Amino acid sequence: MVMHIVDRRLNPGSKSLENRQRFLRRAKALVQGAVKKSSQDRDIKDVLEGGEVTIPLDGMDEPRFRREGGTRDMVLPGNKKFVEGDWLQRPNQSGGKGSGAGEGDSEDAFRFVLSREEFVDLFLDDLELPDLAKRKLAETESEGIQRAGYATSGSPANISISRTVSRALARRVALRRPRKDEIEVLEAELAECEDDTRRRELLAQLEALKAKAKRIPFIDPIDIRYRRFETVPKPVAQAVMFCLMDVSGSMSEHMKDLAKRFYMLLYVFLKRRYKHVEIVFIRHTDRAEEVDEDTFFHGPASGGTLVSSALVAMNDIVRTRFRPSDWNIYAAQASDGDNMTSDSGLTGHLLTDKILPVCQFFAYLEVGEAANYTFDMPDSSLWTLYERLRNDGAPLSMRKVSERGEIFPVFQDLFKRRTTSQERV
Amino acid sequence: MGSSGERLFEGADWDFQTLQRIHDACEEVARKELGLDVYPNQIEVITAEQMLDAYSSVGMPLFYKHWSFGKQFAFQEASYRKGLMGLAYEIVINSSPCISYLMEENTATMQTLVIAHAAFGHNHFFKNNYLFKQWTDADGILDYLEFAKGYIAACEDRHGRETVERTLDAAHALMSHGVDRYPGKKTLDLRAEEKRAGERRQHEEAVFNDLWRTVPNTKAKTKAALSAERRRALLGLPQENILYFLEKTAPRLAPWQRELIRIVRHIAQYFYPQGQTKVMNEGTATYVHYRIMSRLHQQGRITDGNFLEFLQSHTNVVFQPEFDDRRYSGFNPYALGFAMMQDIERIVKNPEDEDRDWFPDIAGKGDVEGVLREIWSNYRDESFINQFLSPALIRRFRMFHLHDDPAESQGIKVDAIHDERGYRRVRRELARQYDVGFVDANIEVMDVDLDGDRRLMLRHTTVKGAQLNETDTRRVLQHLATCGPTTLH
Repeated sequence: MVMHIVDRRLNPGSKSLENRQRFLRRAKALVQGAVKKSSQDRDIKDVLEGGEVTIPLDGMDEPRFRREGGTRDMVLPGNKKFVEGDWLQRPNQSGGKGSGAGEGDSEDAFRFVLSREEFVDLFLDDLELPDLAKRKLAETESEGIQRAGYATSGSPANISISRTVSRALARRVALRRPRKDEIEVLEAELAECEDDTRRRELLAQLEALKAKAKRIPFIDPIDIRYRRFETVPKPVAQAVMFCLMDVSGSMSEHMKDLAKRFYMLLYVFLKRRYKHVEIVFIRHTDRAEEVDEDTFFHGPASGGTLVSSALVAMNDIVRTRFRPSDWNIYAAQASDGDNMTSDSGLTGHLLTDKILPVCQFFAYLEVGEAANYTFDMPDSSLWTLYERLRNDGAPLSMRKVSERGEIFPVFQDLFKRRTTSQERV
Repeated sequence: MGSSGERLFEGADWDFQTLQRIHDACEEVARKELGLDVYPNQIEVITAEQMLDAYSSVGMPLFYKHWSFGKQFAFQEASYRKGLMGLAYEIVINSSPCISYLMEENTATMQTLVIAHAAFGHNHFFKNNYLFKQWTDADGILDYLEFAKGYIAACEDRHGRETVERTLDAAHALMSHGVDRYPGKKTLDLRAEEKRAGERRQHEEAVFNDLWRTVPNTKAKTKAALSAERRRALLGLPQENILYFLEKTAPRLAPWQRELIRIVRHIAQYFYPQGQTKVMNEGTATYVHYRIMSRLHQQGRITDGNFLEFLQSHTNVVFQPEFDDRRYSGFNPYALGFAMMQDIERIVKNPEDEDRDWFPDIAGKGDVEGVLREIWSNYRDESFINQFLSPALIRRFRMFHLHDDPAESQGIKVDAIHDERGYRRVRRELARQYDVGFVDANIEVMDVDLDGDRRLMLRHTTVKGAQLNETDTRRVLQHLATCGPTTLH
């Protein structure tokens, strides 16, 4: 009998993807809730990793007619000491009715694994880039040029030679312009010809051909074609994210951890929107410096606090490396709120005049100790300053955070999708 | 056996030539020695990921799209990744040609085992067991699934995914009540149905005579009672195939919804025999692979090392934990099935006096393969156990029967054990565990009021006092309500 072997290994995999997506779509609200819950107590780095979530089965159940109760009979293997007529204690009276009900319970909560993309998508699904006064800038598009066919006029540099020559050829053929070799043949015949009448004939022919060739130019101005270019708007597909952090002695590890979580989230979020995201870490005490990530979070530093130094540094970097027309610029500043009082004026000036005009978004995150007294304490100097700026119309986003668990809500709050119509404008 | 002791393969590696050699060697044993009669085989090599895919579409190579399969997939993927669940070595499909999926990770020995098990054991069972013959169409199933998939996708395009999903949800909820349990009912296709209805109308018009109206009614039957009776007869009530009933009579369904219900119903019917023959099916396949592997070893076509590797897998497969073992989760169909097949072999070959008393028909008959083939063809789990579970096997498994009556305050009663007085009771109760009549809730459509408030009356016949789970039932009925009737009783 014939047997066929089919190698299916090369078939496209993930045949279940479609079904899986349907399932996720259906369970979206539930899964989203679970994602948020599970992300609250996980390390931010792991947000990127996807992972297991548990959802309640409400609405996702597939009910069947199921029987329960009544008398039950069962046959089991492995009898050791029972004899007919023995009575056994019921396992646990409160524990329900044996395996049938137990099976149902275990399905009440449904756990499964989300891939990294699915997790991030669901997590950030209802978030959007903020709609700020500088919306125009957010939509800043650089102009690119792109070929768009041919034109009859244009700059000489743009002449399309091949197109022009081919049009000229077509015209010459259509108008029967005498070819060079035709004339040469006649001339050769003329040179060898002895017969006068024949010579005259040939001469006349030659004259006619030459005259015709003169009348019909090899290349006519109407043949000329120019390459046409169009300018098209090109969306800026890259973003830079500035992380500014106060690392003076008053910032504890806990505060840095909060800041780090926020930065990570922002990074994940931007990464989803832009093809290319760069991060610049600027830490400052009373001096600011650009550092790598590790130094940023873990490097020791001490000194006073001058926020303006960080803003100056950022401004310099923007000027030298990130042209605002080419880059979407995001900045997030984390601090415990301390700043030298004398620095306020400069900070405010830098922020409103230099930084904010080029930024898509500027967030200030004031981090506090875990057991904080935020509500009792007077606002910090930086908070007071920023609040004043914001009241004057500066597009600043600011939040206070003191617990790990608050990071996600705050982040979501900042980037919540607004439904107001002004967003469209 | 004429075949020489040429090795089929060396080591663990294999290629397609190896598979072909293995198949041919297995086929020789299967046909000549066991007398198996199988569909042509098609062996498909797949990856672990594809195996996982196949799991979620109930093992079928193609299936329509539905979120519940995605849920299944997500669940299985999670437990697979966590290492809670291993993947099966194979999946086999009751179709012609009979498709067996082999995982690429398997060693050559495992592929031999799987080919013997699936491509010959299961294959023979599919082709010859009366339930499969009666209820499934191995030639047509793949085409039908193809049609179903296309049809449902087209419906989604035309009527929207949500609507289609709602109908499928409802149909799935009633899937276990969408099978015909008794043969003999001719399934008509819709076109024939339509034609017949037209003919009936014509006939009524032709024989119409106004005089009949003047003939006085002899029986004092009230009009309502008469019409109720007629209506029920016309609708074929009582009807236990709820999906069939809905498909044919639910008044508010669009034609495409009827077709969807029909598809779900056909698929439920296709899987109906599998649920009733787990022990037999796996027992047959395990017995067949055991015989084939032993013979190949005897012929020297697989090495001692390969054979030991096989034995290890085989032992794992037929392992039966005892009831107080943490691993216990009911009878292992492989273990029970294989033990019974071997026990039958023993009874046929070397019966003891007890066996001659219990099984006079087969004891000492000598033709093991013939007897087994006959059994494989004509029994399902329930009848198989009821007939062929021997006292020797009951003793070996040390089976006992528990009777749990909630009204009894003393506890659970040990009703029978593996002794002379208990054999028959243990056997009967074990057989009942495999009887769909006892396992599934028995629900019938009793009556329907198509003209009035569209009330649908269902009746649940209780067995041993078991009630329907209330929350689940309410949900199912809600699904049912989307299919037409406004009130349910």
